[in-house]
Amino acid sequence: MIKTDICIIGAGPVGLFAVFEAGLLKMRCHLVDSLPAIGGQLSEIYPKKPIYDIPGFPAILAHELVDNLKKQIDPFNPTFTLGERVEGLRKLDDGSFELTTSDKTIIHCKVVAIAAGLGCFEPRRPELPNIILYEGKGVSYMIKDPETFRDKKIVIAGGGDSALDWSIFLSDVAKEVTLVHRNESFRGAPDSAEKVVELAKEGKINLLLSANLTAIKGEGKVEAITITGKDKKVTELEADYLIPLFGLSPKLGPIAEWGLNLDKNAIEVNTFDYATNIPGIFAIGDINTYPGKLKLILCGFHEAALMAQSAFAFVYPNQKLSFKYTTVNGVNAF
Amino acid sequence: MISFEVEDLQGEVKTVEVPEGISLSLMEVLKASEYPIAATCGGMALCATCHVEVVKGFDGLPAFTDPELDMIDTLPNATSESRLACQIHVSEKLNGALFKLKETVEG
Repeated sequence: MIKTDICIIGAGPVGLFAVFEAGLLKMRCHLVDSLPAIGGQLSEIYPKKPIYDIPGFPAILAHELVDNLKKQIDPFNPTFTLGERVEGLRKLDDGSFELTTSDKTIIHCKVVAIAAGLGCFEPRRPELPNIILYEGKGVSYMIKDPETFRDKKIVIAGGGDSALDWSIFLSDVAKEVTLVHRNESFRGAPDSAEKVVELAKEGKINLLLSANLTAIKGEGKVEAITITGKDKKVTELEADYLIPLFGLSPKLGPIAEWGLNLDKNAIEVNTFDYATNIPGIFAIGDINTYPGKLKLILCGFHEAALMAQSAFAFVYPNQKLSFKYTTVNGVNAF
Repeated sequence: MISFEVEDLQGEVKTVEVPEGISLSLMEVLKASEYPIAATCGGMALCATCHVEVVKGFDGLPAFTDPELDMIDTLPNATSESRLACQIHVSEKLNGALFKLKETVEG
């Protein structure tokens, strides 16, 4: 079990900066994110785009802002659980919380700060009627350990960079790699697309273009995939795994079930300290809503600072908080 | 007034009207009309959370940009009438069109 003062759900820019504001008040933080890397949508969606409204930076690339925030919070030694989604939240009798993730990691904390942006990024599912039944039983949307696929027959679906890159990588690992793409060519990174075509010519990748997944077959696990071409030709392939790689889409997910007051997929908070209706749970950044809310990173930073002031009372109920400037006191690592 | 129709994920069709000369994308109009689209990237054709299928009026729409085609190419449920609402500038060309939402934060 992980024990911490504040568990921050979401390791985007606002969640990261919350570690800094908490750290100034000597509160330890643990961050959980469903993505395998920190940075939230800055890392996942637009790492190379410039952001122009971060105070003090006339322009900064999204991934540079994430790098800087990481450097800024390093003195406070935050810990991370990445690639796991927080599923359960339970308030214990002493007012603290126990959170459980999709991989059964348990986190015990005194305060929960939800900085989940637009929700957690979930893989886009292909429109196959029974696909949910095979998830975890041969259908995998994320490749955590490529060795899982050693000497297996796999079908990858998708036309973006990750479908191309994983097809190339796994062609050396798996027994058989089939790449299925809806169109007749790839618009993704030209180098990767060229490499895939080359490997197909060498017989290392079985390339099925202008084709769609139409069925999964198997008793209790994936055994075969049916693919239908635009020319109506039906191919049935023996397969141990199906890896659909169609990108990610944010969904509110389990947060909706925690008894928090919601307004159109956002968590209602007050503007005094961004507390929710449940004492000890705060919501900061794009996930919250209040009159006049603006979904800006800089507003989330402000919300994190105020949240930390109130969180202090939950972490150190017997201490009085005295406000100090970093210019006077510096940043005291722990 | 510019007038077009929007079909949500439940199949309900409603008419949306916007004043002429307005400088907004279809994504911004859909959000302002309280359709539950995430528009995660804010309109850069980078997330596809504003994916719509143009059921009526596809041919009259402004041309695709390369980033829009690149993004649509990666989607599991794209059709030959798929567009990203953030890349469609709202103008008289949208009159009479029907846009079907393909992805929302709810499903």
